Amino acid sequence: MNKVVSKRQFSENVVGLDIEAPRIAKARKAGHFVMVRVDEKGERIPLTISSADVQRGTITLVIQKVGVTSRKLTALEPGDMVHDLVGPLGHATEVKKYGTVLCCGGGVGVAPLLPIVEAMKAAGNRVISVIAARNKELVILEDQIRAHSDEVLVMTDDGSYGRKGLITEGMESIIEREKIDQAVIIGPGIMMKFASLTTKKHNIPSIASLNTIMVDGTGMCGACRVTVGGKTRFVCVDGPEFDAHEVDFDEMLSRLNGYKDEEQKADQEYSCQVDKK
Amino acid sequence: MDNRADYLKAERSAEWREALRKTMKNKERTAQLRVHMPEAPAQERARSYVEVNSGLTAPIAMKEASRCIDCPDPTCISGCPVNINIPKFVKNIERGEFLEAARTLKETNALPAVCGRVCPQEKQCEANCFYTIKLNAEPVAIGYLERFAADYEQNSGAISIPEVAPANGMKIAVVGSGPAGLAFAGDMAKLGYEVHILEALHEIGGVLKYGIPEFRLPNKMVDVEIESLRKMGVQFETNFIVGKTATIDDLREEGFKGFFVSSGAGLPRFMNIPGENLVGILSSNEYLTRVNLMGASRQGMDTPVMRGKRVAVIGGGNTAMDSVRTALRLGAEKATIIYRRSLEEMPARVEEVKHAQEEGVEFLTLNNPIEYLGDDKGKVKQIRLQKMELGEPDASGRRSPQPVEGSEYLIDADTVVVSVGVSPNPLIPQSLPDLKVSRWGTIEVDPETLQSSIPDIFAGGDIVRGGATVILAMGDGRKAAAGMHQHLQNAR
Ligand SMILES: Cc1cc2nc3c(=O)[nH]c(=O)nc-3n(C[C@H](O)[C@H](O)[C@H](O)COP(=O)(O)OP(=O)(O)OC[C@H]3O[C@@H](n4cnc5c(N)ncnc54)[C@H](O)[C@@H]3O)c2cc1C
Ligand SMILES: Cc1cc2nc3c(=O)[nH]c(=O)nc-3n(C[C@H](O)[C@H](O)[C@H](O)COP(=O)(O)OP(=O)(O)OC[C@H]3O[C@@H](n4cnc5c(N)ncnc54)[C@H](O)[C@@H]3O)c2cc1C
Ligand code: SF4
Ligand code: SF4
Ligand code: FES
Repeated sequence: MNKVVSKRQFSENVVGLDIEAPRIAKARKAGHFVMVRVDEKGERIPLTISSADVQRGTITLVIQKVGVTSRKLTALEPGDMVHDLVGPLGHATEVKKYGTVLCCGGGVGVAPLLPIVEAMKAAGNRVISVIAARNKELVILEDQIRAHSDEVLVMTDDGSYGRKGLITEGMESIIEREKIDQAVIIGPGIMMKFASLTTKKHNIPSIASLNTIMVDGTGMCGACRVTVGGKTRFVCVDGPEFDAHEVDFDEMLSRLNGYKDEEQKADQEYSCQVDKK
Repeated sequence: MDNRADYLKAERSAEWREALRKTMKNKERTAQLRVHMPEAPAQERARSYVEVNSGLTAPIAMKEASRCIDCPDPTCISGCPVNINIPKFVKNIERGEFLEAARTLKETNALPAVCGRVCPQEKQCEANCFYTIKLNAEPVAIGYLERFAADYEQNSGAISIPEVAPANGMKIAVVGSGPAGLAFAGDMAKLGYEVHILEALHEIGGVLKYGIPEFRLPNKMVDVEIESLRKMGVQFETNFIVGKTATIDDLREEGFKGFFVSSGAGLPRFMNIPGENLVGILSSNEYLTRVNLMGASRQGMDTPVMRGKRVAVIGGGNTAMDSVRTALRLGAEKATIIYRRSLEEMPARVEEVKHAQEEGVEFLTLNNPIEYLGDDKGKVKQIRLQKMELGEPDASGRRSPQPVEGSEYLIDADTVVVSVGVSPNPLIPQSLPDLKVSRWGTIEVDPETLQSSIPDIFAGGDIVRGGATVILAMGDGRKAAAGMHQHLQNAR
């Protein structure tokens, strides 16, 4: 059991939780994730460690409500317990001095992007971040990203904040202007697909951090498999980061929808329960 | 080995054994037919999670025990990987001393209630029974009797907790809580060590919990054993991945003096054929984990599972049988085993194949998938199968399957469970570059002591053997405990 010590509401659907996990706080690096089971009936879901405080012995998770488990998590309050938390999992991001790094985050993907932005900056890179969301309410962690970037470009689909347009448009405008040595792309599958196509067009080496469905997160089940460069890889143990230009995003997107019917049903049932309370 | 033979002889000449042998003529003993295990009716059980085998009653167990002729040279024992004193426990059942029978089992087997249920007896103890080898008759039902005695003890509430030596102040870590780790922990606790079992998942038990279904091995049987270990002072920490949450080096710094790696063969294999990543195709590990560990089939649990109407399971081992029978219980209209050899070559326990057949599983043997076809949403729809025939026996004596040219055809399936084997869990080897591993990723150990190339690390079970059996894993755990104890005593 791990205790929630503090909570931050980033937007209606996005919440940050600081959770006690001293060993993980000490062992984690940028790019690592944890598996969380919120209660005895809960499923295990992967969440990136957004930041950690070794002194306090806490890790920060930033969670977007999309289904049952993420909603249960975002409903937790300081003092509540998370039933199971295990990690840190996955390979850490390869952080080194590339030169200029373009960090692209879409939606809640900005949360897992934050530790990478931080680490890239600390490694002496020039860091340009493009963060995108559907509208102003959904832009998260802007200040934190700013604190570790040389430049930040905010894009919203509807133009309610920052520049109007898709993330790819923002990326293009920077790529046109200066030489980019490395790109990092994290966000919803569809966003990663198009952002990767953009950097591929300009021959910019890119890594994408994949967010497949997972069960155990330790290489045991194969639920998280994706095709990368024609080979099947397990995101939890071989990733979560891969060469973005080699990932079969279409396959990943279709696999993400594999349990959609069951998930929607569960979500409705959960809503009914919550409404009754 | 002489000691062992002398010990068996001495036990056999115990007064009560001598007397018991005289109560019945061998002719009468051998004239009796082997018992049948009472089972839940196939039609009912195929849709529920009740345990299929319901266990022997005391009178029936005693009668079956009377078949055993208490051989002067009990060949059955040589077939048991942990050398249970089989006639001693069987004869205790015959005379009604069931708790004594359970104690006998526990002399060498830490998990008799589990082994009585899942051992491939027909290849081990029962294959070497006098009845099998000399009389060409059905062997004494050693497995059923083992289960009977162990269950009796569990239900009696009089579970004997082994005596524990005074604490010796040494801290030992066990990586993984499957049968190998549990058996190791029990023996080390008895010797006075402070044992910590570190487990990656949120449940203790390894494959016994996440793999083998409740209809074959109820979780509570495993929990009872875990509780006994707890009473002996063994400490459990779940959600702890050695190599990730903390490294072996971190643990050394925390004062751990020895490590037993029993991290299993958890990595699923796929066949790497076209279409294998379509939605609806999953490993047996994923399928069984969702149902057994995450409770996906139970009301109110959050984890979903594919409830296919036409489920095909690829493979012929225990894992394949467990998957296909789980599919029936999840409501499949048609559940099919696809296996590239014939029924005789199936590595699954004979009893599981029989149960699957009774429950209505369809067997497509001598068939092999070569491609999966999906619908426009990327979900599996059909399997392209190729017929196989058995060729000449190869070096190992097994007849290897050969594809029949031009025999491809399609069958429908909306869910496919791939159950073609597992590989060793790579987490520990990856985190220890100095650890010697084989080409297959198994940890290399000294066969006698189970010590690895790093002196304070011992290893056993599936991480050393590749996918093997519960009893072999357990035997390894016990062997490693002896090996590590020796090592630590010498180092003092
Ligand atoms: C390595 C990794 C790191 C992640 N880090 C974060 C993070 O830091 N913050 C965060 O909010 N989320 C993160 N995710 C995604 C998160 O795990 C999913 O949102 C979560 O599993 C959804 O569970 P649920 O029960 O709430 O929704 P479900 O009921 O399981 O799903 C609801 C809907 O979301 C979709 N969905 C399911 N799983 C995912 C997924 N993995 N990615 C995208 N859509 C999905 C489904 O198609 C469905 O339509 C990460 C995923 C991975 C693999
Ligand atoms: C579905 C199925 C059915 C089977 N049926 C039978 C049967 O009928 N009869 C039979 O004899 N055998 C059967 N087997 C095989 C048998 O279960 C295994 O041989 C046995 O469980 C191996 O035991 P183990 O202790 O080596 O490992 P496991 O039982 O695999 O346990 C290993 C444990 O280690 C944990 N772990 C891994 N890495 C780490 C780490 N880094 N840190 C912490 N923990 C870690 C894992 O989570 C797991 O809990 C079956 C197997 C399966 C999958
Ligand atoms: S442990 Fe297995 S092999 Fe040994 S006697 Fe029992 S059932 Fe037979
Ligand atoms: S070989 Fe068979 S008959 Fe002989 S002691 Fe063993 S179980 Fe009994
Ligand atoms: S989540 Fe199970 S193998 Fe990756």
